[in-house]
Amino acid sequence: MGIRFILMVNKQGQTRLAQYYEYLTIEQRRALEGEIVRKCLARNEQQCSFVEHRNYKIVYRRYASLFFLVGVDNEENELAILEFIHLLVETMDRHFGNVCELDIMFHLEKAHFMLEEMVMNGCIVETSKSNILGPIQLMDKAS
Amino acid sequence: MPSTPSLMDTLFQRSLEDLIKGLRLHNPGPPTSNFIEKNIQEIKKEIKSTDLNTKSIALQKLTYLHSIYSINMSNWASFHAIELTSSPFFGHKKIGYLAVTMSFCDTNEVLLLMVNQLRKDLGSPCEFEVSLALETIGIVINQELAVNLIDHVFVLISSSKSFVRKKAIVTLLRVFEVYPDGIKVCFKRLVENLENGDGGCLSASVGVFCELAMRDVKLCLPLAPEFYKVLVECRNNWVLIKVLKVFGKLAELEPRLGKKLVEPVCEHLRSNGAKSVVFECVRTIVSCLSEFEYALKLAVEKIREFLVDDDPNLKYLGLQGLSIVSRKCLWAVVENKDAVIKSLSDADVNIKSEALRLVMAMVSEDNVTEICKVLISYAIKSDPEFCNEILAAILLNCGSNVYELIIDFDWYVSLLGEMARIQHCQKGEEIENQLIDIGMRVKDVRPELVRVGRDLLIDPALLGNPFIHRILSAAAWLCGEYVQFSKNPFEVMEALLQPRTNLLPASIRAVYIHSALKVLSFCLHSYLLPNETDSYWVDSDSGEAYLPSESEILGTSNPSAVKVDQIYEQRDLSLEERRSSIENGLNTNVAHEQSSSSVPLKQDLFTEQSIKNLLALVETALQPLSGSHEVEIQERVCNVLGLIEMMQGELPNSVVQGGENIEMGESKASDIIRVVHDAFSEDLGPISSSSQERVPLPDGLLLEENLDNLDKICGEIELPMSTSFSLGRPASDEHDTGSLFNNHDKDESELSKESTSLLTEHRKRHGLYYLSSDKKEVVSDYYPPANEPKTQSNDNDVTEDLVKLTEQSFLPKKKPNQVKARPKVVKLDEGDGGIPSVIKKTESTDNAISGAVPIPLSQEVIPSDKLSSNVKGKEKLHIGQSFESNEHTANVDNSELDTSRSKRSKKHKERKHRSSGKTAEERDKNGVEDKQKSGHHHTRHKARHRADADLKVVAQTPVIPDFLL
Repeated sequence: MGIRFILMVNKQGQTRLAQYYEYLTIEQRRALEGEIVRKCLARNEQQCSFVEHRNYKIVYRRYASLFFLVGVDNEENELAILEFIHLLVETMDRHFGNVCELDIMFHLEKAHFMLEEMVMNGCIVETSKSNILGPIQLMDKAS
Repeated sequence: MPSTPSLMDTLFQRSLEDLIKGLRLHNPGPPTSNFIEKNIQEIKKEIKSTDLNTKSIALQKLTYLHSIYSINMSNWASFHAIELTSSPFFGHKKIGYLAVTMSFCDTNEVLLLMVNQLRKDLGSPCEFEVSLALETIGIVINQELAVNLIDHVFVLISSSKSFVRKKAIVTLLRVFEVYPDGIKVCFKRLVENLENGDGGCLSASVGVFCELAMRDVKLCLPLAPEFYKVLVECRNNWVLIKVLKVFGKLAELEPRLGKKLVEPVCEHLRSNGAKSVVFECVRTIVSCLSEFEYALKLAVEKIREFLVDDDPNLKYLGLQGLSIVSRKCLWAVVENKDAVIKSLSDADVNIKSEALRLVMAMVSEDNVTEICKVLISYAIKSDPEFCNEILAAILLNCGSNVYELIIDFDWYVSLLGEMARIQHCQKGEEIENQLIDIGMRVKDVRPELVRVGRDLLIDPALLGNPFIHRILSAAAWLCGEYVQFSKNPFEVMEALLQPRTNLLPASIRAVYIHSALKVLSFCLHSYLLPNETDSYWVDSDSGEAYLPSESEILGTSNPSAVKVDQIYEQRDLSLEERRSSIENGLNTNVAHEQSSSSVPLKQDLFTEQSIKNLLALVETALQPLSGSHEVEIQERVCNVLGLIEMMQGELPNSVVQGGENIEMGESKASDIIRVVHDAFSEDLGPISSSSQERVPLPDGLLLEENLDNLDKICGEIELPMSTSFSLGRPASDEHDTGSLFNNHDKDESELSKESTSLLTEHRKRHGLYYLSSDKKEVVSDYYPPANEPKTQSNDNDVTEDLVKLTEQSFLPKKKPNQVKARPKVVKLDEGDGGIPSVIKKTESTDNAISGAVPIPLSQEVIPSDKLSSNVKGKEKLHIGQSFESNEHTANVDNSELDTSRSKRSKKHKERKHRSSGKTAEERDKNGVEDKQKSGHHHTRHKARHRADADLKVVAQTPVIPDFLL
C-alpha cells in the first residue's frame, strides 16, 4: 500500500488535515503526528525532503506556512511522491485560487474529497487535475 | 423531551464554519479544550435530532473535531453516521460516509448494519454514490463484508464508466487482502483492464498488480508480456514507475527477463526527463540488472549526476542508489569516492549518515588507514551527534570480526588514543572495551598500547571530561598490566597519582590505584631482582625482538635470535625448573636471589634514590585516601600502603645500615616483591563465551544434584558469612592433601614470620572470623571468608584450600579421599583452564571464528565486577589447574596450535607470532602465578590492617606536592 498517510501541518505544528489509509487509533495517530512534526519541522531548506521514521519513509514539502507530509512504504519512489504533493497543491490552487491554510481549514471536507479522487487505498488513481476537480465542481453546482 | 433539541436549537445551530471561527478565537491550550468540550455537548444533543439537516451538521462538526483535534467519536456517533449514509440527499450521504471513513475501523460492530446500504449504493445509478460506497469499503472492509460485497464490486470492474471502474479496481486490492480467494475470481477481469484500460484504469490496475507483486511475485509472472507492453508503450510516468517496480520483483524470480528488460529500461533512463522515472530506472538496474555492464555503467553515470547536483533530494537519492550498488560492485562507490566524502560535511544529517554508511562500505584492509584518517578529520569538524556517529562507525567496522580489517595494530591503537582527544567523543565505553580487548588478544601491540595509555594518563586536561573517564580507566589498566613495556614507569606512576584523579568516579579511581600497585611492584621488582626480571620478560614474551624499549631499560641481552622451537624447549626447561624449585621450597630461589642481589644493577632507571622517591611519592599521594568512604578505593589504597610499609621495613636496612644486613634485608624484600610481582605477571587473555560448555563433565559429578549436604560441610565451620569462600574445609582434610602444597606452607611460613606475627595479632582482634580448630600450623589452617585479612605468605595455602574447595563442591558425595579424588579434579581443571586458553588463541588468530567474548580473568579488568561471585568462581577453577595440569595440557596444546596455525591466513602474521610464542609458556605461568595471584587478593587485608598503624606515621608527612608534570 504505497501511501500510508497524508498530513498537512502548519509551521506551528498544528495538524490541518490528516488522512490515514491504514487504521490507527486516535492515540497512535496523535503520537505519530507529534513525532513526525518534531522531526520534519526542525529541518531547513538545505536539507533533503526525505526522513525515515519508524517503518515509514516520510516525504515532505513546505508551501508557505503549510507542510505537506506523506508517509509511504520503503519501496515507494520518493521523487514521485514529491511530484504528487506538488500535484495536490496545484489542484487545490486551481480550485480555491491561490490556496492558503485558511482554505483548507474552512473547506476540510473538500480537501478530503480531492484527496479521495487522487488516492484510494494508498494507490494514486488519478493525476489529471480536471478529472479530480470534475466531481467537486458538479457537486458545488448542485448544492 | 429534554434530550431532543428544540426548534430553537435547530434554528440557531452552530455551523461548521462557526465552529472553526470559534476555535480560531480561542488560544491554544485549556481555552480551546473548554470550547471543544462545550461544542461536543451541543453536538451530542444535535446529533439525536430527527431532522437530518441538523444531524448532518452535527456530524460534520464532529468529524472535523475528530480529524483535527483527535476527539474520539467512534464510540457514540457511529450509529448516527450510518443513519446519515442512508439519507436520500447526496450531501447528507457524503457527510455520513466521510464520518465513517474517518473514524471506523474494520472491527467496528455497527459495520454489519451498513452492508445493505453499501450494497444499495454500489448498485446506484449515480456514479458518485457508487464511488462513496467503494471508498468506504476500501477502508472498513473485513472478511464478512468482503464475502457479502465482492460480487457487487466485481460487477463494477467492467462498468462502462471509467470513473467507477478505476475505483472498483483499487477497492479490489483491499478486498483481496481480507479475502484472498477473491483473486481467482477477479484476476481475468483485472488483466483485461491492464490490457486495454484507459489512463485511470490502467494506473489503478498497475497499482493493484504492483501491490500484489510485493506480496506474491509468482502471481504476476504470467503477466510479464502485458507489463512489458505497458513499459514500452506507456507515457504516464506514474504508471511507468509502478511497472518498473513490478519488473524489479519479477526479474528477481526469473533472471531470464533481464535480457528483455534491459533495453527498454535503458531507453527510459536516457530519454525520460522526469527524475522520478530516471531514479526508478537506476534503482531497477542496480538492484536486478547489474549483470548488464553497459546498463550498470549508464546507471552509475546517472547516480553521479545526482550526487553532484545541488538539490539535496537528488544527492540523498544518489547516495541511496550507490549503497544499493555497493552490495554488488564496489567499484561504483570507489569511482564516486570524492562526492561521497564531500557529502560527509553536508548540511543534512540524513545525507551525512548515508555518506558515512557508504564510506564504511568501502573500507578494506588496504585503505582502512586512510579512510579512518579522513573520517577522524571530519569527526573533529562536525557537530557532536554526527561526530559520535562517525566514531561509532569506525569502532564498529574496525572491531568487527575480531579486528579483521586491522593489520597495523600500532596504528589502530594510536587511533583509539586520538579518538579520546576528540572534543565531542562520547564513545568511552566502546573504546575502553577495545583497548583492553586488544591488549589481551594482540600481544605485539602492548608496547604501543602502553605508550598510548601513558600519553592519555599524563594529560591532566583529559580528566575533566567525564565522557572519556572510561578510556582513562582502560589506559590506567593497560599501563599497570603491561608496565614492563613502559619506557618510564615513574612517569606512569606520577600520572596515575596526579591530584586531578579526584575528578574520576570511584570505580575508575580504584583501577588507577590498582595499576599504581602493579607499577610499584614492577619497579621494586626491577630494582631488587634485575636478573630475574630479565628472565621473566624474555620468557613471557617468547624472546621476540619487539621489546627494544624494555631491553634498553633493563639492559639485557635479548635472545631474539632464538628460534621458536628453541624457545619452546627453553620454556619447557624453565617450566621444569620452576616446578622443581617450587616443590623443593624456596631455598633454591633464596640462594639464587642472594647471588643475584650481589650483581651490580645495570640499569640507571631503578636506582636506590629513584625507588625511594617512588615510595615516598606513592605514600604521600595515597595516604589521604586510606580513609576513603569508597570501599574499592580504600581497600586498594591499603594494599599499596601495606606493601610500601613492608618494603620500607626492608629497604632502608640495606641502605642505612649497609654491610651486614643487605643480604638478609634484600632477600626478604625480594621474596615479598617476587610473590606480589608474580601475581601480576600472569597473562590475561580473552576466553570464549562457550568455553564453560566445553569443560568435560567429570565422572561422578552430578550438576543437577541438590546441594543439601553442603550444610554438612559448612556446618563444621562457624562462619558468619555465606559467600562461596566461607565454605572452608574441614580441618581433618589437612593431612590428606597432596604433599605438594604442604611443603610450600612450611617454607613460606618460615620465610614470613613477620607476616605470621601480624596475623596472630589480627586473629586476636577478629577471632570471630577464624576457624575454631587451632592447628600447629596456624597459617595453613585458617581459612578466611572472602573479605577477611590474609597475608601474602599464605598464598600457597589459599591455593590449597581453594583446590580442596573445588573438590568438595564438585564432588559432594565422595569421601574425602583426596589422593583418589584429585586426578578427577585435575581433569576438570585442566579442561577448564587449559582448553579455553587454547580456544582463545585459535579464535583470536583465526578470524573465521567469531563471537569470542573476552572475559577478563582477573578482578582488575573490570572493577565493578570485582565482588561478584562470578569472579570468585573463575578464580577457583583457574587455580585448580595450577600445578597438576601443566604437563597434561602441553601436548594437547601444541597439536591444537598446529591446526590453528594451518588455518591462518598470511595477512595475520602478527597474531601468528603471538600464538606460537605464548601457549606453552602461558601454561607454565598460569601454573605458578595463578596460584599466587589468588593469594595476592588477600594481601590487601593485611595491608589494610597495617595501614592503621601507618596513619600515625604519615600524619607528619608534608603537604602533598602537585604531581602534575
